[in-house]
Amino acid sequence: MSSLEKLRSVARRPYDYAKSVQSSESKPILGFFCSYTPEEIITAAGAMPFRLFGTREDISKADAHLQSYCCSLVRGGLEDALTGRLDFLRGVVFPHTCDSIQRLSDIWRLNTGMSVHFDVVLPVKLTTESARSYMIATLNSFRSELEQGLGVTISDDALYEAIHTYNRIRELLGNIYAFRSRNPSQLAASDIYYIMKAAMVMDRSALVEQLDLLWTELRDKAGDEQDSGRKRVLLTGGICTLPDVYTLIEDAGGDVVWDDLCTGTRYFEGKVREDGDPIEAIADRYLTRMVCPAKHMGMTIRGEHLIRLVREKQIDGVVFLFLKFCEPQGFDYPYLKDFMDRSGIPTLLLEVEEQMLSEGQLRTRFETFIDML
Amino acid sequence: MSGTDPEKEKRKIKSVQKMKEIMTNYYIEAKGAADTGKKVAWITSGGPVEPLIAMDVIPVYPENHGAMIGASKMGVELCEKAEEMGYPRELCSYARSDIGCSVTNGGPIGGLPKPDFLVCCNNICGTVMKWYEVASRYYGVPLFMLDTPFTHRKFPPAAKQYVIDQIYEYIEFLETQCGRKMDYDRMQEVGRLSVEGLRLWQEVLDSGAHKPAPITAFDAFFHLALIVTLRGTQETVDYYRQLRDEMKERIEQGIAMVPNEKYRLLWDNLPVWYRTKWLSEKFAAHGACLVGDTYTSAWSGVLPLIDEDNFLESMSQAYSQVYINVSLDIMINTLRRMIEKYDVDGVVMHSNRSCKPYSLGQYDLQRMVMEEYGLPTLMLEADMVDERSFSESQIETRIDAFMETIKS
Ligand code: SF4
Ligand code: SF4
Ligand code: SF4
Repeated sequence: MSSLEKLRSVARRPYDYAKSVQSSESKPILGFFCSYTPEEIITAAGAMPFRLFGTREDISKADAHLQSYCCSLVRGGLEDALTGRLDFLRGVVFPHTCDSIQRLSDIWRLNTGMSVHFDVVLPVKLTTESARSYMIATLNSFRSELEQGLGVTISDDALYEAIHTYNRIRELLGNIYAFRSRNPSQLAASDIYYIMKAAMVMDRSALVEQLDLLWTELRDKAGDEQDSGRKRVLLTGGICTLPDVYTLIEDAGGDVVWDDLCTGTRYFEGKVREDGDPIEAIADRYLTRMVCPAKHMGMTIRGEHLIRLVREKQIDGVVFLFLKFCEPQGFDYPYLKDFMDRSGIPTLLLEVEEQMLSEGQLRTRFETFIDML
Repeated sequence: MSGTDPEKEKRKIKSVQKMKEIMTNYYIEAKGAADTGKKVAWITSGGPVEPLIAMDVIPVYPENHGAMIGASKMGVELCEKAEEMGYPRELCSYARSDIGCSVTNGGPIGGLPKPDFLVCCNNICGTVMKWYEVASRYYGVPLFMLDTPFTHRKFPPAAKQYVIDQIYEYIEFLETQCGRKMDYDRMQEVGRLSVEGLRLWQEVLDSGAHKPAPITAFDAFFHLALIVTLRGTQETVDYYRQLRDEMKERIEQGIAMVPNEKYRLLWDNLPVWYRTKWLSEKFAAHGACLVGDTYTSAWSGVLPLIDEDNFLESMSQAYSQVYINVSLDIMINTLRRMIEKYDVDGVVMHSNRSCKPYSLGQYDLQRMVMEEYGLPTLMLEADMVDERSFSESQIETRIDAFMETIKS
């Protein structure tokens, strides 16, 4: 199996993959929902961090705990936990994110019966020295809670090693993204989706091997087709759980060449320093990488970032993609759109509720959008 | 029209007039701030207002304004305005209606006075942070964010220190904005008045435990405005003392808010502002009285955490651990205490589309109430300001069915 096929197959059936890791290596697996999860510490504890993406199954059990007005990620995640589809998890790590995730953490702890549960109440404001001190203290106490919960010790050496692994992953993902941005025809956009998804669920050492192989293959094909005539699209928003989006945009004559998604560039942006105190180094990455809308950094920082990306990556159009009922994204949308409008960049808004997606409708909307560019 | 019904007159809370007067004057002063040279700060309802009072800044509460918009049934129109601007309908309706109001200067009082700066404390939700970022961009004024870590199972010393640090950063921010130093003696005095006001307010709410109750949750929704808005002033202390005394008198004279109170209920979540009267009459018609609620007691609920002699630092934990900035288990405990204190026959829960931190988890609370206390519960699907989420006929049927269960 080629590395790409391997990554695709993990991404298509992440739960099966997790079960196979669990039975062959008896590694504890910890779920997480958010890219502010300090995965380096989890990996250093000998556990495997596993990102949860909600479910594509019908909601039956989660309805007894959650109203219909929360996003499908939150409902879908709980659904899979309550129906036993996540039984391979030892527990879940909840960093502080939005109001819905915050309550999900309580509901999860009280109802799923998983053996461990971690809340990492990181600061929401990322601009001050006191927030930094608090962030460091919180990550340090997460380290000891993890030691207690899993019955392990986490040495500084193990942390350095994990940091190194993650930096390598970030570098490789960054390379692959940059390659694809220049050579869209050499790698299907939906493959970017599969690679990113696999990167968040796979055993990270195995992942580095596969990404290394893939990058070696791709590197040789590098050219520059920025002027292929196809429209260059940037995807922005929260998480993207929809491989179809990439394919549909491709079919409509566009290429998703970059993103500002938390399951995309925000996941691999920024390296962790490899010297000094490892926990402080992890904190500093969170304090400097691009924020997500659930955190506070500056009033217009995301808008400026978007404009920079559009220029740098020669983007023709921006697609806003977020889950219905997502407040952090919803509040930012009008101003981000305004920033785009004022720079003359066409945008398309897709507010999706996973269960209700009609491919036909999506196809038409993308075709209209790409034609307009 | 025949003359007033003396029975009805007797049941009315007399202090209402005074309250209206204070609030009217307050809004007149706030709206006239430009002429008096006073600074205006917008602040979230859970935010620490005391330092503003001590610095002579006029605090203005968009959430209180949101409640007024809701009560005057202007919510839909203003929410729709925000939706036209691209804000999704799924966002909190306080935020939507306020944003709608900012650009139209509409609403019951023709819009809020423009802020000189903003103070946002996220101890009630993450929504306010996003909302205040919008306001900060719109008005081009600075924003101070007070970040109060959520308590799931613990509130560690580092969290406490973080909030204490921010309280001093907050004061520094105010000193810069106002161009003068904080008078710490004055601050101490404001802190003392705040605690006194909170104690009196809690006594008012406690009077609902008396049978029959001299006050209902619907009245508390109205009388709450001052503890939110002008906490830390002498006027507020005086007002709640008057109200508390009135409650004492009512108890002595056996005056009940709901005539022939037969059933006692607890309310959870924010009010349905555009239907408080309708709901209160609906329940009263069944002889049911809403004797307490989790919402109006949220401010005074943290009293045990405040140390009057060290107000500034102790308020860091108090502000961080308000009712909805804590986990479901802690909320369940609070609800247990209230069920017992108010000796209720059932619990009415407003599943409020606008407010996720308050509403998500209610199904678990509901189960606890039914399993541990065997009490009937009613889940009302609605929204505090946006009437489009309120179905009168459905809610009417559900209330009737719920009351039948209670009676049987
Ligand atoms: S958008 Fe932000 S809060 Fe949501 S999952 Fe991503 S990083 Fe976490
Ligand atoms: S998609 Fe939005 S609402 Fe859902 S968990 Fe992420 S930040 Fe929260
Ligand atoms: S109603 Fe809820 S979501 Fe809206 S501002 Fe208040 S606490 Fe926040």
